[in-house]
Amino acid sequence: MLAAGVLGAIDDPWIRWSWISGHVDVITAALVQHIQLTVIAVVIGLVIAVPLGLVAWRSRLFRGPIFSLTGILYTIPSLALFSALVPFTGFSVLTAEIGLVSYTLLILIRNIVVGLTSVPDDVREAARGMGFRPLAELIRIDLPLAIPAIVAGVRIATVTTIGLVTVTALIGEGGLGSLIYDGLLRDFRTPLVVGTVLSVALAFVADLGLAGAQRLFTPWSRARATR
Amino acid sequence: MNFANQVLQWFLSGAHWQGDGGIPHRTLEHLAMSGASVFTAALIALPIGIAIGHLGKGGNLAINISNIGRAIPSFALLVLAAQVFGIAAASQVVGFGAVPAFVALVALAVPPMVTNSYIGMREVDPDVREAARGMGMRDRAVLLRVELPIALPLIMAGIRTSAVNVVATATLAALVAWGGLGRFIVDGFGLQDYPMMFAGAIMVAVLSLVVEFSLAGAQRLTTPAGLRPSKSARKEEPIGTALDTAMA
Repeated sequence: MLAAGVLGAIDDPWIRWSWISGHVDVITAALVQHIQLTVIAVVIGLVIAVPLGLVAWRSRLFRGPIFSLTGILYTIPSLALFSALVPFTGFSVLTAEIGLVSYTLLILIRNIVVGLTSVPDDVREAARGMGFRPLAELIRIDLPLAIPAIVAGVRIATVTTIGLVTVTALIGEGGLGSLIYDGLLRDFRTPLVVGTVLSVALAFVADLGLAGAQRLFTPWSRARATR
Repeated sequence: MNFANQVLQWFLSGAHWQGDGGIPHRTLEHLAMSGASVFTAALIALPIGIAIGHLGKGGNLAINISNIGRAIPSFALLVLAAQVFGIAAASQVVGFGAVPAFVALVALAVPPMVTNSYIGMREVDPDVREAARGMGMRDRAVLLRVELPIALPLIMAGIRTSAVNVVATATLAALVAWGGLGRFIVDGFGLQDYPMMFAGAIMVAVLSLVVEFSLAGAQRLTTPAGLRPSKSARKEEPIGTALDTAMA
């Protein structure tokens, strides 16, 4: 075992193309699972974060507790959170998603609040002067103007989640992390490199994609960006 | 309740408090490794970030480095470091993973510190800088007596972000054969000893929160009195988000 480890480390090249061509299905499945775990986490995170963000924005009373609680969740290391959940929810997608969603909340809520707070008072006043009711003002004025900050939060949350998904390999999920974990367990570099490169590439693609989507959907913010 | 009781029993067992594998030793190990990594990373990152911010050049690099850092999974970074620094043989023996863990943690800690110290230096009001020059301060004095004190809270925020990341990732280092509190979690997994795993998770979580809160306190103390936000404004900056605030 010991000798094999030594030899493996010396002789094993960083990439064995033959392994890759023979495991395209495994790699694709890992990539797909990685994307699924990430999308589910960010979408559920948004579903929870939007109402909490609105409450935190409107109510000083709840703002402190909301930020403190999500801040504590954010600070707890991923491995600790996942393993603390295992005795209750087992080695499951549910365990992975509870952890992943927890980490998106602080980022998303903070950016929602920052975005809404940065809507200029005169804009809001003008909306009210035009006869907007509170709900209409929120949906048609406040939220659209907060979109750049909210999308910035979604981008950070997405990239962070893509990185964290790799850790869920330890609880039997993992997406591309399962390739990394496989490489670690077998002292075999190729899956490790493939998993890492694809994970980083996925993070960049997702980040650029979200940035592009934001430019498409908020044409008014483009003028500011190109200043 | 049965499970909670098992966890409690685990904590109460005297054997878990003794020797190299005991709670005190593992905690110290965790803190020593994290402290050494953050300190080394600060020696590398702060001069770079401060210099870039002071000279006003290379700002894109300073901003992008933390985005790149975020995109590289810390788990992958650790496993890669373990391969590069050849612990294949040593990894069979717990405790020899110190070098790869250290290198990975330093690499992880550098980007937020570069970015935050850069932003801290850039956010110094140009009027203030001008005023300092008008008062006859030389470049060095402007840097040391005006820019750095004003930038200090953000510099501290970068250190805090990095430190919390490092303490968290040091837990993962148990996977590449290093010690620290992550050992209880990883060994708990391996032995299917869930009370031990859960106890490890609690200890790691508590340690992270202690580090976060004490560094948040340190950050407040380093803020010059004139720049301290009022009590109500303070609430708006949640913990653990110094870097992200800067990036948003």
